[in-house]
Amino acid sequence: MAAKGLVEISVETCKGCGLCVHYCPMKCLAINEADTNSYGLHYAQSVEPDKCIGCANCAVMCPDGAITVYKQSN
Amino acid sequence: MKEGYTLVYKRPDTLLKTRMHYCPGCFHSILHKLIMEVVEEMGIQNDVIGVSPVGCSVFAYDYMDVDFQEAAHGRACAVATGIKRTLPNHPVFTYQGDGDLAAIGLAETMHACNRGEKFSIFFVNNAIYGMTGGQMAPTTLEGQITTTSPYGRDPKNVGYPMKMAEMVSQLPGVAYCERVCLNNPANVRKAKKSIRKCFEIQAQNLGTTFLEVVSNCPTNWRLSPIKTLDFVENNMLKYYPLGVKKDVTATEEK
Ligand SMILES: Cc1ncc(C[n+]2csc(CCOP(=O)(O)OP(=O)(O)O)c2C)c(N)n1
Ligand code: SF4
Ligand code: SF4
Ligand code: SF4
Ligand SMILES: [Mg+2]
Repeated sequence: MAAKGLVEISVETCKGCGLCVHYCPMKCLAINEADTNSYGLHYAQSVEPDKCIGCANCAVMCPDGAITVYKQSN
Repeated sequence: MKEGYTLVYKRPDTLLKTRMHYCPGCFHSILHKLIMEVVEEMGIQNDVIGVSPVGCSVFAYDYMDVDFQEAAHGRACAVATGIKRTLPNHPVFTYQGDGDLAAIGLAETMHACNRGEKFSIFFVNNAIYGMTGGQMAPTTLEGQITTTSPYGRDPKNVGYPMKMAEMVSQLPGVAYCERVCLNNPANVRKAKKSIRKCFEIQAQNLGTTFLEVVSNCPTNWRLSPIKTLDFVENNMLKYYPLGVKKDVTATEEK
């Protein structure tokens, strides 16, 4: 099934707080514990992009405005 | 921008690209973002004037791309009074923490509200002095451990936590007063509507508009950002109930 939503997360803006991961209803997101950005912080990434419904819960919660959300146009 | 996709959400352009100094997961950042989203949507970027406090949000003017005046600790409401009275056609807001608004600035806050000064007050209640290393604030909860209440806040010695929204709503000068929270996406969306409501009622010159925002402080609460969500839900919101405390426009409509 094709993705209905799409998120872009700015690696450098992200502070790895995990609020987006916590509030994603589809469990699309995870903190990359293996890598850090240039600030030395682990960052969030979409690990199940196909499940994204474009609800923007993640972006609404993101304190640092690191997330942009798109929805597939019909 | 993306072929076959439409934009659902992006960081507002009114929030500068500057990296905010706030700790990971601090709700101060969410509130900055929300105020700037409302400013952008209402098209008031060139008119609005903010007054920043002393506290963690002392650099608010570095992040929000609107005119700003820094105030001395606790004096934001006095400074905003001067600005609004001089420039009555400009939307004016203060952005203040609980130490700033409810401790050192309590007099300025209460008197501005009592005079019905026609600006909006965005009050961040994180139950602690964040910037200075986690001392007890007037809003620190009963039993809450801080660096100056190492055995937990004892109301017998230092009084009970102050419910600013309830107190302020008693003053005739206040036109709108609500307590909101930023602990989940639904509440964040709701808080944004309330920020807009404050600016709209301010534009009607009906009196002071006061929004208490129940917030967090992962660093000085010594909790991970996710664990602060539980503390907010189970402790903060039990003592600080959400909701509209006063709305003169609601009674007028009846
Ligand atoms: C006149 C004066 N007194 C004391 C201080 C020290 N001081 C700086 S910020 C602050 C309290 C900040 O707490 P709050 O307003 O709750 O903001 P937060 O950092 O929690 O957002 C204090 C006491 C100061 N800067 N100036
Ligand atoms: S838009 Fe919704 S479904 Fe997609 S990653 Fe964000 S929270 Fe999850
Ligand atoms: S909410 Fe924002 S800052 Fe926090 S982990 Fe997600 S993308 Fe990063
Ligand atoms: S000390 Fe607390 S209030 Fe200040 S930025 Fe860090 S988490 Fe936020
Ligand atoms: Mg505080």
